[in-house]
Amino acid sequence: MSVLFFLIGCSVCIALFFLVAFFWASKNGQHEDTYTPSIRILFEDEISASNPDDAISNEDK
Amino acid sequence: METQTSRTEEKLQCYHCGDEVSNTYYIVDEHHFCCLACQSVYQLLNSNKLNGYYSYNPHPGRSTKNNSGDLSYLDEENIVNQLIDFKDDDCMIITLYVPQIHCSSCIWLLENLHKINANILSSRADFMKRRVRIRFNYQQLSLKQLIALMDSIGYLPQITLQDVVKSERKNDQYQLIRKIAVAGFCFGNSMMMSFPEYFGMGSFEATYARLFGWVNLSFGLIAMLYSGRSYFSSSLKSIKQGRLSLDVPLALGIAMLFIRSAFEIIWNTGPGFSDTLCGLLFFLLIGKWIQRKTYDNLSFERDYKSYFPIAVTRILGGQEKAIALADLAVGDRILIRNQEIIPADAILLKGEAQIDFSFVTGEAFPVEKVLGEVIYAGGRQMAGAIELEVVKSVSQSYLTSLWNQPIFSKPSSFTSFSNTVSRYFTPVLLGIAFFSASFWILSGDYTKAWRAFTAVLIIGCPCALALSSPFTLSGILSVFDKNGFYMKHTLAIEKMATVDTIVFDKTGTITNPLDHKLAFQGKLSELDQLLVFSVCRNSNHPISRAIANSLPPFYRAPLAISAYEEIPGKGIRATADGNEVFIGTPHFLGLGTGQPIGTYIQLNGKVKGYYSIAQHWRPALPNVVQQLKETYSLHLISGDGCSDQHLLHDLFPSGTPLYFNQLPADKLHYIQALQQNGKKVAMVGDGLNDAGALKQATIGIAVSDDINNFSPASDGILSGTSFLLLPTFFRLAKQAMKIIYSSFCISLIYNIIGLYFAISGNMSPLFAAILMPLSTITIISFTRLAVYYCAFKNNMKR
Repeated sequence: MSVLFFLIGCSVCIALFFLVAFFWASKNGQHEDTYTPSIRILFEDEISASNPDDAISNEDK
Repeated sequence: METQTSRTEEKLQCYHCGDEVSNTYYIVDEHHFCCLACQSVYQLLNSNKLNGYYSYNPHPGRSTKNNSGDLSYLDEENIVNQLIDFKDDDCMIITLYVPQIHCSSCIWLLENLHKINANILSSRADFMKRRVRIRFNYQQLSLKQLIALMDSIGYLPQITLQDVVKSERKNDQYQLIRKIAVAGFCFGNSMMMSFPEYFGMGSFEATYARLFGWVNLSFGLIAMLYSGRSYFSSSLKSIKQGRLSLDVPLALGIAMLFIRSAFEIIWNTGPGFSDTLCGLLFFLLIGKWIQRKTYDNLSFERDYKSYFPIAVTRILGGQEKAIALADLAVGDRILIRNQEIIPADAILLKGEAQIDFSFVTGEAFPVEKVLGEVIYAGGRQMAGAIELEVVKSVSQSYLTSLWNQPIFSKPSSFTSFSNTVSRYFTPVLLGIAFFSASFWILSGDYTKAWRAFTAVLIIGCPCALALSSPFTLSGILSVFDKNGFYMKHTLAIEKMATVDTIVFDKTGTITNPLDHKLAFQGKLSELDQLLVFSVCRNSNHPISRAIANSLPPFYRAPLAISAYEEIPGKGIRATADGNEVFIGTPHFLGLGTGQPIGTYIQLNGKVKGYYSIAQHWRPALPNVVQQLKETYSLHLISGDGCSDQHLLHDLFPSGTPLYFNQLPADKLHYIQALQQNGKKVAMVGDGLNDAGALKQATIGIAVSDDINNFSPASDGILSGTSFLLLPTFFRLAKQAMKIIYSSFCISLIYNIIGLYFAISGNMSPLFAAILMPLSTITIISFTRLAVYYCAFKNNMKR
């Protein structure tokens, strides 16, 4: 049953890992702007948006 | 079929900005444009393969009729250095406020700036804050060129004095979130460690009890030291000031939880209360966090600094040079171009002054000034360039000196309900604790005395009480914000509930600046109207546009105009279908002085009459006054003359004090006088001239018709369209206090039940671990439901 010591250690370490990950994310400003990325993801890919002809010719090839 | 074409012609919209197209001069690639500015933006974007801009939204642009003014101050290195975030050998990072951001096309374009100029390395837009962060090579592209480039595509950043005085409040929020994360981490883990104890351990598992205890204790220690630190420091501070804030019993409870746990675990007498400690901190901090709801796109701290430019053009020995506003001295000669703001009180020396004071007073139309007249700071020049001599420094001017009043430097004193309660709560709690301890000591049971003493402080810890205010008020706050009323802080709602007097500003507050009625004094035949319409539609001046809009639409046949000439600040001279048309000031028409103010019409040498601007009350005003006058005493204080006095007497109940011609400082002193008579005053205003009164009042409410636009520092910003709901907001604030009182009673019941067990010295850790979250959840759900019920009863959006 001494494996319990090991398991407790593991569970605390994993929880700590997530805590550190959260710290890193909030320090990095990931929670600062929660709205704009939802718009940004809807933008077309570069080629088709700026030059539709290129996109078509690429598909032909 | 024919009717359909004519309709589309009538509604022809500019491909860029969506404004109505009234001519056929600007057509490119079969797209119509309303003006050259819109067309050139389109051409610029098209030539850089950026026409994706138009594919995300129809008409994404904003018409840019006002020009950008002079940017030469951006060549001054010391000004630039104050604006930027970061700079190294060749790369510069700057965050710019771009109020024009309003749709996904804007974001797309601003993040593709590098396609227009390769020296822009990257750009990132933040939609809610309306900011864009740009990294660029400043050796190749100066900041001035960058700003000019953004201007050319219709996104001129707003650079004001406030950018120089950058505030750093964000760090605070970040700290709190980290504290919550740590408390949550400790709470979850210590809960896991406590479960075996609560579910009962066999003799075999009991060997692990000590290990669980020690792990728990370390979680408790981390949570207390990291997350709970602020409770200790703030309660120490409040004791030093001779007050007992709610943080004092909270800190006592936290400390007791830890000390008792430490004793039990170290002497191996019990499992301790670590999980309760961590849970308590976690819930308390969440309560703190929801209280700090922030609006990214609003600012409640704006003063004249966020409105004034950072530089001004000084004329020295015939040379024009941009200087920082801080360096402007009395006696300097300055040049103010069209659309620029006059930064200090100055005498007009040269040029035609048409000053728009809408930010200051809420007045919608520009005021004309003559040579030698003193022009107060804060006005925006609407005509050509003028030259002025500064007579007062920026901070000592008529308007800005308002901020030198003591009220702006001293923090407001207001005791919230929970702090009032805690003044009595803490002594009573300590009394019970000592009473029960001495009771057990007298009966000779020292262990029980210690247990009872600590248990009383633990169970009496006003966790639920500390949460009832934040959860109720933040609920009300979100109801308010869905209905167009944005509060700076939850405390403002508590203040609002105490109010018994409401003071209104007039222009822009109870009148609608966007809705002005033009009244014509005189007579115009239908042909005359057509002549006036045909001339006015060519002008961009706000009054010309208002005149054109007030006349019946002559879409099909506006007359041909020749010899059109518009003289800024004076009027228009034109020939329409052979008729000579003069529209403008009495001076322009040669009518001499002493005429009533207005825009005069002269057709073929004959004066037909004049247009005057009548202010339009907000349609909801009579209704709002009707509802408010029953509970509140109403006052009106206006910076304008008393021309509307009789109208206001009809609107407001008889005996309402009405004051006119009040200076900004007068308004402040008026509020102060009311407060000295024991009144709790709410000020409802809009312009910068109300800023002092808004600050002095118990609660200041700024009315704004475009909430993203400028509004002075205040406790709350009310959207103009929600003016109708003002009485309901006041009613809801009062109901919120009732909800707080009731939830306070509920939390007291929990405390009393807990105290019964605590005094008897029989409180088990499991009991504490259940009672504390249970009371918290009861309070949270009660307050939320009560808030929703109140909002529903008052027909508010939820």
